[in-house]
Amino acid sequence: MKKSLRRISLTGALAASLALPQLSMAADTIKVGILHSLSGTMAISETTLKDTVLMLIEEQNKKGGVLGKKLEPVVVDPASDWPLFAVKARELIEKEKVSVVFGNWTSVSRKSVLPVFEELNSLLFYPVQYEGEESSKNVFYTGAAPNQQAVPAVDYLMNEIGVKRWVLAGTDYVYPRTTNKILEAYLKAKGVAESDIMINYTPFGHSDWQSIVADIKKFGSAGKKTAVVSTINGDANVPFYKELGNQGISAEDIPVVAFSVGEEELSGLDTKPLVGHLAAWNYFMSVDSETNEEFIDAWKTFIKNDKRVTNDPMEAHYIGFNMWVNAVEKAGTTDTDAVADAIIGITAPNLSGGYSAMMPNHHITKPVLIGEIQEDGQFEIVWQTSGLVAGDAWSDYLPGSKDIISDWRAPLSCGNYNVKTHKCSGQNYE
Amino acid sequence: MCRTIFSLLVGLLIFSTAAHADELDTLLQELHSKSFSIKANVVDKLGELDDPQVINILQHMLEGELYYTKKDNVTVFAIKEKSLYSLFNARTQEPMGQVKKREIKKISVNNSLRRQLRATIANLSLFNKDPQKRLQAAEELLKNFDPEQEENIRKALEKETNSDVRDVLQSIKATIDLNSNEKSTRLAAIEYLGESLSQETINQLNGLMAKDSNGEFLEKDKEIRQAAEKAIARIESKRVWYGQVENLFFGISLGSVLLLAAIGLAITFGVMGVINMAHGEMMMLGAYTTYVIQQAFPGLLEVSLIIAIPAAFIIAGLFGIAIERTVIRHLYGRPLETLLATFGISLILQQLVRSVFSPLNRAVSTPEWMSGSWQINDALSITYSRVYIVIFSLLVLAGLMLFMKRTFFGLQMRAVTQNRPMASSMGINTGWVDAMTFGLGSGIAGIAGVALSQLTNVGPNLGQAYIVDSFMVVVFGGVGNLWGTLVGAMSLGIINKFMEPFTGSVLAKILVLIFIILFIQKRPRGLFALKGRSVED
Amino acid sequence: MLQKGIIRSILEHDKGGKILITLLLVAAVIVPVLNLLLPETSPFHLSAYNVTLWGKYLCYGLLALAVDLVWGYLGILSLGHGAFFALGGYVMGMHLMREIGSRGVYGHPLLPDFMVFLNWGELPWFWYGFDNFFFTFFMIFVVPGILAFIFGWFAFRSRVTGVYLSIITQAMTYALMLAFFRNEMGFGGNNGLTDFKDILGFSLQEDTTRSALFALSAIALIVGYLICRYITQSRAGRVATAIRDAESRVRFLGYRVEHFKLFIFVVSACLAGLAGALYVPQVGIINPSEFSPINSIEIVVWVAIGGRGTLYGAVLGAILVNYFKTWLTTAAPEIWLYFLGAIFVGVTLYFPKGLVGLLHKMKKNQKVNIAKGEAKP
Repeated sequence: MKKSLRRISLTGALAASLALPQLSMAADTIKVGILHSLSGTMAISETTLKDTVLMLIEEQNKKGGVLGKKLEPVVVDPASDWPLFAVKARELIEKEKVSVVFGNWTSVSRKSVLPVFEELNSLLFYPVQYEGEESSKNVFYTGAAPNQQAVPAVDYLMNEIGVKRWVLAGTDYVYPRTTNKILEAYLKAKGVAESDIMINYTPFGHSDWQSIVADIKKFGSAGKKTAVVSTINGDANVPFYKELGNQGISAEDIPVVAFSVGEEELSGLDTKPLVGHLAAWNYFMSVDSETNEEFIDAWKTFIKNDKRVTNDPMEAHYIGFNMWVNAVEKAGTTDTDAVADAIIGITAPNLSGGYSAMMPNHHITKPVLIGEIQEDGQFEIVWQTSGLVAGDAWSDYLPGSKDIISDWRAPLSCGNYNVKTHKCSGQNYE
Repeated sequence: MCRTIFSLLVGLLIFSTAAHADELDTLLQELHSKSFSIKANVVDKLGELDDPQVINILQHMLEGELYYTKKDNVTVFAIKEKSLYSLFNARTQEPMGQVKKREIKKISVNNSLRRQLRATIANLSLFNKDPQKRLQAAEELLKNFDPEQEENIRKALEKETNSDVRDVLQSIKATIDLNSNEKSTRLAAIEYLGESLSQETINQLNGLMAKDSNGEFLEKDKEIRQAAEKAIARIESKRVWYGQVENLFFGISLGSVLLLAAIGLAITFGVMGVINMAHGEMMMLGAYTTYVIQQAFPGLLEVSLIIAIPAAFIIAGLFGIAIERTVIRHLYGRPLETLLATFGISLILQQLVRSVFSPLNRAVSTPEWMSGSWQINDALSITYSRVYIVIFSLLVLAGLMLFMKRTFFGLQMRAVTQNRPMASSMGINTGWVDAMTFGLGSGIAGIAGVALSQLTNVGPNLGQAYIVDSFMVVVFGGVGNLWGTLVGAMSLGIINKFMEPFTGSVLAKILVLIFIILFIQKRPRGLFALKGRSVED
Repeated sequence: MLQKGIIRSILEHDKGGKILITLLLVAAVIVPVLNLLLPETSPFHLSAYNVTLWGKYLCYGLLALAVDLVWGYLGILSLGHGAFFALGGYVMGMHLMREIGSRGVYGHPLLPDFMVFLNWGELPWFWYGFDNFFFTFFMIFVVPGILAFIFGWFAFRSRVTGVYLSIITQAMTYALMLAFFRNEMGFGGNNGLTDFKDILGFSLQEDTTRSALFALSAIALIVGYLICRYITQSRAGRVATAIRDAESRVRFLGYRVEHFKLFIFVVSACLAGLAGALYVPQVGIINPSEFSPINSIEIVVWVAIGGRGTLYGAVLGAILVNYFKTWLTTAAPEIWLYFLGAIFVGVTLYFPKGLVGLLHKMKKNQKVNIAKGEAKP
């Protein structure tokens, strides 16, 4: 009896020790969660974003913080493990009591944390270009939706370069699948024949590109101008471009326009064989603007490395962070609902010299730029949209989502409203 | 408006040779424009100028070395030297001292401009003294020729003495002749083109088979169509054959990568029985060594890989010896536990490079002699880097086999792995041999890393990408047998590549894995099983 | 009464097991109480975060138990047990997807969102039946079980052993991972199955559901433990141990070695599947990375750290390693891998029998010391 009593008290103590950290809450700071992988496969891309947010917080604190309180970063490592993302998100919100979270890179990690943010009603700023088809009450998408990256890029190739044949090459996951589907529908609507479109999917981290590049070469030698639209992800890009270079496919013959290759990726590459290939983003480090130069200087000083580059998702965090700061100051509180209400319509400077605005569908307005890769790993901007493009959560080119709109303002307050059936579906929480 | 007036002016100037120099000046001034279409116009006009300097200027423009000074709009060649740029006047070649980046502005080019520049330069260099240059020019023209240049090509063909250049020019001429008015000329051209192998030729000939919207042939002459059809069939049958050869090479090359990745493991796992999960990280260390060497000696890029090979061997080898002495030494006879310890080590090493080199991928450059491809003919080209890697992997394997068979250390090594107590009682320092063997396996993994740095990302995840494949190869080939590793790697590579056209790359890989699982059922000890009593434990 | 007798006989001479089961029973009761009944302001209130986290650990514990059964008692080092776990998870995930019904993003009555998204016309045949919970419950054991049966039937009959067996189990899980990554497979590709809403009508976001899932995980772990313990104590279990130590001799004695192996392998796969099925509703996602070979290696590491061949040790190892991981990824996000790696190396070097071995040693020393102390006058 005595023995089992001791055991119970032991369990109690254990439970208490787990619960204790909740008690130590600091009241004079606002906590900001950073949920980016620092180990595992995604650390390559996400570590930089963690540093970006840390820099933005430091700068904001120098300016006196927000609402007179200092910002306090809370960094965790979800280790590129998708279920762990959900656990860590819960930890940040429930245990660390953060007011907002900046984080995630892959779509699957976002899908994994989404229910947590909705249930615990907290805010997430997601900085990466993605496939769309989502609009959550608690998530702000500061990266590009397909209509802010893929569609303008194809327009450019079609109208300015005169491309007639298309290779849509991607890694086999949801972003390339969706983007390619949108593009296929778009191209067909523009009168491109089925036989002039080649679609190819490869697994993550694909490293042996010999046969596929040879196929592309064959496809491209049919006498019509051919281009590759690449949604190839991360690690697979380096061997892909190396193979292109080695098989003698230059940008003049078959240009490749990529949606996942930015300055950061190029800094890990020998760029000589890539000169002239294209990328479509909402920001390039080479953008000529005052704010951009300041940002680059600040970044280089913060990271203490003169050679580090800036890229598009960093800009997305820059915009998102400032939007959040402005919204909090406007609302006068960090309360989730108040901030979420206040942030719609808020503008913040982007790094190309203009202002981006938060739309009612939780996406933002951005310019679209096309750049050609230069030998120094930078992009030469060869084309850009005349104005800003507003992110479209639900693509007009997909049959399933054509009729769906998203508007988080009252009275609609729905991320997924079907204008035909007048129903708001897929919503979990009030 | 301004532009039209200006081009009118320029048009007038063309006829006056006296104004020649000034005209080049004005054209150069116009190049400072931001608009690519204006620049394209100017390049066209530059190509028509009969001025020896034009080639030089266009060449610099193509290479992105043509700038103008912001202050007084002088067109210059700017050569980067560390952080400064040395300027030379584009007209006079006079040096103009060194300036900082922000004082000059680049005359940027885009893809279409680049293509135009190449064509223009090619046209201008068809009569160059250097046959190599002429060949380049002719090949460039073959890729995108302009029917208007027919006269130029005819002239060049008459003058040409070099047979290689003649061949190319003949092809261009034949392509032009396809649209001749003489039927015999056309048939001769088709006959000539039928000997070619290139896809472009097929496209040209296909043009003769085109139909209009009513289903009528555009080409009315039936004989010509039949000739073209035959020629296409001839070319295509040859191309199919070369396609198989190419596929075989792809398979061998994939096999050689697998082989490189697996050789080191064939020592540490195959010979020593250590389930070495840190093997991939040894390759990673080798790749990072290559990176460091390229950074440390930027002037020696061309030989950097040669230096990196011994360096990577030593570094990865030392890491291996350290791991053996501190950890694995205590685990002999407990092979499964080596898996756990080396798994821990692999985590530590990954994080180590993240801390030291940052989690970003590092850029490893490809030396000139390894880039590009070896154009055997129009249907078959093989990339140099792959050729070198195939040769390199075989050399490494051969070297290792010789080492094990012919050296005293190799003898000791085999003795220790075959019968440790006996070897020990013969006076062999088994501890030392163990450490050296593990170091050898790790060092070879490091060498493999040097080769992989030319094919894939140099980053903390490099090792993870190859570890599973390496184990498959060693087990498939038969643990402890280097020949098995060779045959295993090559057959897996070739099987994979021959399935890929039918199944796609993912399914091909899955099928290869299933094949391995089934194969092991048939031969539970791999392809080349060791025989003898020591196996049964 | 009879049952109690059986349990008592199973747990005879198993002090560690008794402690473990008592702790689990206590936790199964006390955790829901602390979470549901205590107000949030109370210092003893257990947050939902901790409930799901510990629920997850318990699932890992059950998985480790399954691995220990084949590795510790049968000598098969499976580097592919993650596959059985993930399959169980996918079965449960499919059920939860079907539960969503027309409440999905696109509001399709039958198809899950990702199928609408990829323009699938109709539900693939292998998705039928999963709307029924009992069918699902059945399949949680059947799917991993059948895979294990087919795989084991081939492998054990062909007498593939040792490292070769380990590597082909790795090939199996690797091939499955690649297959599940393919969107054509109809399992959601890289994103896997996610955005679950409720289970048997209970919302997954409710504290009560969470606590119930936690309690269920604890009970599953207890049952799993008893099954494993029963098997290892039975005659078959002793044969298994004999196979582990000297397979050829057992065969020469006339035992059909492959039958014993197959039986235990399949049981183990079913347990792993159950662990996966309980894991999915608690973490809210199942995707192909669960099949990755590295995950399966990690499971083996948990078992080794806890103590191979001691069932409660495996559970202890799984819980401790994962607790460390959770703690370190927040406490030292930049350098936690150093610690984890060092722990793996350290334990293998210094505590070859795992933590349980360490405990035994300490106890022995204590006894020796006491004995020494008593010997002194």
